[in-house]
Amino acid sequence: MSDTDEPQQKTVIGIAFGNSNSSIAFTGPDGKAEVIANEEGDRQIPSVLSYVGDEEYHGAQAKSHLVRNPRDTIAFFRDYLGKSFAAVDPTNAHSSAHPIQHDTGVAFSVQEKTDADPATLSVSEVTTRHIKRLSDSAADFLGKSIDGCVITVPTDFSESQRKLLAEASKGCGLTVLQIIHEPVAALLAYAAREETSHPADKTILVVDVGGTRTDAAVIAARGGMYTLLATQHDYELGGRQFDEVLVDHFSKEFMKKHKTDPRENERSLAKLRLECENTKKTLSLSNSSQISIDSLAGGLDFHSSVNRLRYDLLSKKLVDQVVGLVESVVKKAEMDLMDINEVILAGGTSHTPKLALRIQQLFPATTAVQSPATTTTSLNPAELCARGAAIQASLIAEFDAEDIEQSTHPAVTVTPHLTKSLGVVITSPAGDDGKADDKVYVFLESETAVPARRTATFTGTNVGGDVLVRIVEAKKESVDVTPAKEAKEKVNGADDDEDDDDDDDEDDEDEKVIKRVTEVERVIAEALLKDVKKGAKVEVMLNVAGDLTLTVTARVVGGQGGVRGTVPGPAL
Amino acid sequence: MNVVATAHTLLAPEAEWSHDGAFHIIEQLSKPIHRNLEPVGPHYLAHARRKRHHRTFSEDDRIVAAQQAKNVEDADSGEISEPEDPLLLSRDPKDWKNQDHYAVLGLSKYRWKATDEQIKKAHRKKVLKHHPDKKAAAGGIDDDNFFKCIQKAMEILTDPIKRRQYDSVDEFADVEPPSRKAKGNIYKLWNPVFDSEGRFSKKKPVPRFGDDKSTKPNVEEFYNFWYNFDSWRTFEYLDEDVPDDNENRDQKRHVERKNKAARAKRKTEDTARLRKIVDDALAMDVRLQKFRKEERLQKDAKKIAREAEEKRLAEEAKKKAEEDAKRKEEEEAAAKASKADAKKAKEAAKNAAKKNKRVLRKGAEDANYFHPDGAAPPDVINNVLADVELLITKLDNEELDVVAKKLAGLKVADDVKGVLVDSIHSTIGKGSAKESDYKILLQ
Repeated sequence: MSDTDEPQQKTVIGIAFGNSNSSIAFTGPDGKAEVIANEEGDRQIPSVLSYVGDEEYHGAQAKSHLVRNPRDTIAFFRDYLGKSFAAVDPTNAHSSAHPIQHDTGVAFSVQEKTDADPATLSVSEVTTRHIKRLSDSAADFLGKSIDGCVITVPTDFSESQRKLLAEASKGCGLTVLQIIHEPVAALLAYAAREETSHPADKTILVVDVGGTRTDAAVIAARGGMYTLLATQHDYELGGRQFDEVLVDHFSKEFMKKHKTDPRENERSLAKLRLECENTKKTLSLSNSSQISIDSLAGGLDFHSSVNRLRYDLLSKKLVDQVVGLVESVVKKAEMDLMDINEVILAGGTSHTPKLALRIQQLFPATTAVQSPATTTTSLNPAELCARGAAIQASLIAEFDAEDIEQSTHPAVTVTPHLTKSLGVVITSPAGDDGKADDKVYVFLESETAVPARRTATFTGTNVGGDVLVRIVEAKKESVDVTPAKEAKEKVNGADDDEDDDDDDDEDDEDEKVIKRVTEVERVIAEALLKDVKKGAKVEVMLNVAGDLTLTVTARVVGGQGGVRGTVPGPAL
Repeated sequence: MNVVATAHTLLAPEAEWSHDGAFHIIEQLSKPIHRNLEPVGPHYLAHARRKRHHRTFSEDDRIVAAQQAKNVEDADSGEISEPEDPLLLSRDPKDWKNQDHYAVLGLSKYRWKATDEQIKKAHRKKVLKHHPDKKAAAGGIDDDNFFKCIQKAMEILTDPIKRRQYDSVDEFADVEPPSRKAKGNIYKLWNPVFDSEGRFSKKKPVPRFGDDKSTKPNVEEFYNFWYNFDSWRTFEYLDEDVPDDNENRDQKRHVERKNKAARAKRKTEDTARLRKIVDDALAMDVRLQKFRKEERLQKDAKKIAREAEEKRLAEEAKKKAEEDAKRKEEEEAAAKASKADAKKAKEAAKNAAKKNKRVLRKGAEDANYFHPDGAAPPDVINNVLADVELLITKLDNEELDVVAKKLAGLKVADDVKGVLVDSIHSTIGKGSAKESDYKILLQ
């Protein structure tokens, strides 16, 4: 095979286009996604553009201009894309270029050239420039021109906003292969680490605590396919609010010493904010952090330090808000916190240890919480979206535009999902009352997209003889499996007075152990396998077709014949 | 397909099985809910593939497996597919200078075009096949000669300098130029020759010989390029082995000198050879003749056009001259005619004036010279006639005509006199005469 016959390998990247920071990633030949550092060595590139003199600054350089040159520095523009001026919340842009009305959308007026009138840049134009800089950085790093990209957006991005984003990207010559949801990209970044080609069915909560907003999403992962079950957004909760508590803390400290409030002066405030952000980041890694700002206000320098405990106390309210958001999204998905198998913390603010620990406390110990503070193997939460986008980009790099269009068409994405879990009844281990054991082995969890197929092997019977395969729809129920109270009392001793008893009761309540077990809800069908030898394995395959027709195949492993039956689907 | 092995035990039937057959349906599945799948991830793409092509799981598994098997086959075929010549397999590795390195690696159809990637791949495959350990394991004789050949070929082809030296003398890649008398399509004959020679060019891209549609600038550029060909071809590969240092130094220097001279000689020969090839091509190039012919035709066409133009101009000039002469003649004739007419008119006017004057005089005479009764005395006649004569001299021909017409038919003396007095007044009014000039008519 000569090289000319082979299709040219396309260079595609993933872009996480955030309101505060963006990142770019590519998938190497080994199939692992890597986040690209820009020319300044940043992997988190601030989504900021600044115009000073005749120069355009981007990223960290531009961000530093928030202090010196706030009016010509554009920040936090992503969420303004495709929105009318009346609909945008300009709070975040207080300390940067102010959004102004322009045609039907939003624009910024900045002094782009020294000897010209201020230029009015629409949000689309700013986005185009931002993506161009990102794409250039990626091209410099990879040494190849970029053929296409996958961009992540929040789940509440409208169709028109997506369209504008794709156009803005095309404006700088970068083709957008696909625009995907941030939480799903984060999920994909973790899913790509697993070696297995048959991922386990999980229900996953993705909490994305970003710079200016917090999003939570419950996603059902079934056979490697993802379905968004519920999303919640808080547009006034994010890293900025965490910075703000430190700003307030240090401002008070400064006022105590010097009787001046640095928050009253715009420049001082910008300086303090920038430093507090760094302090916050340091506190995620170490137990205490220094802050030192030359000439903060009134020509006075400021040096101080803060420890993590203090910071945790200050930010408690914000952490509570995140926890509230998590609880509400799970409720919105009509689920129990116990049903969540995995929690993924995304977004830069997720580095905060207290936040991760609080969320971990919310869930049972079996639920894995993926964040740097809770698991050592976790990925960098700020890079998840870019990694996921890069993985998706590499998957569809060789697709034609038409292929992508067809594959993402609602006719293909809108799929019937099972409303009930589907499984086979199993025997409980002997000698137990069986209250706390699963009655059903679940093949297909609820919210599984059909068509779907699962196979499992069981031990036929422990005694030999006929085996009944009973296919049922299952439900989950909470069962109190708190160890019996008498045992406790024995430990505590007999001579306890009433107060102690009360305490004990409270303790018991605290330690109440709840377990979710599967119960039979409805029996769908039964199949009989005759004369199965003792200890023989029985293989059962359930196949639900697109029209909900259920095909059951049961056979003895290594044996002959078997039972095959079909249950017609319900009328839709 | 993924089978999950569980430790669970299935039920034993509680009661006697009372249904027909081994499968018994009790209820249907609950109604599904339609949700949007996230179009992300490898498993979704597989789902989309199945849904778009309406495949079931087992069909899709089969098709994908077949596809993969084909891909693997494709990757395996190619370089290694060349049959190995038994003569090549029994080569002596010591004679590596005369070895065809590309053939050893199974790349003889690529030769200098083979990429580093191809060479690497081909080498790996050959090593896997011919490794001495493998042969020994297969129970064959312990013969690593061909393996050594493979390693030598790899050594030369992966080193850019050595590869160039080998490519320079790789006569298998040469294409024999056609003889001058060769018949047939010259483009088919010459294009491969120049494509092959072009591999030595330092300048890229190398212009192609082209075909009969090539334009004149293209062909000219081609010959310019080849007459100024800048070649990297070297002949070190054919050097005689230089003896080691510790042997005779003079001998060593002698060999080195000889090598250098041989290289220079070969280079000169090569340049001359190439020159001859280009000369031959030029001589055989029908396009040049075609261009010359076209040029001549063009020139001729220009000449013919120019002559035609001149002829046309001459004709035009002649026609113009003729027209001018004709017009002049006509003008002269017209002038003559008008002159004659004028003369006639003048004479007519003169006659008319004479007649009119007569009318005036006759008018005075008929009116008895305005004398009341009886024959007018001579002095009155004299004065009246003098006045009429004066009036006649003061009137021009047209006024004379008018006055004559007024007088015509008038018999009454006063009327005649009135007409005459009126005209006298008009002449006085014009200032051509004075009242005092008239002697009698105004009294």
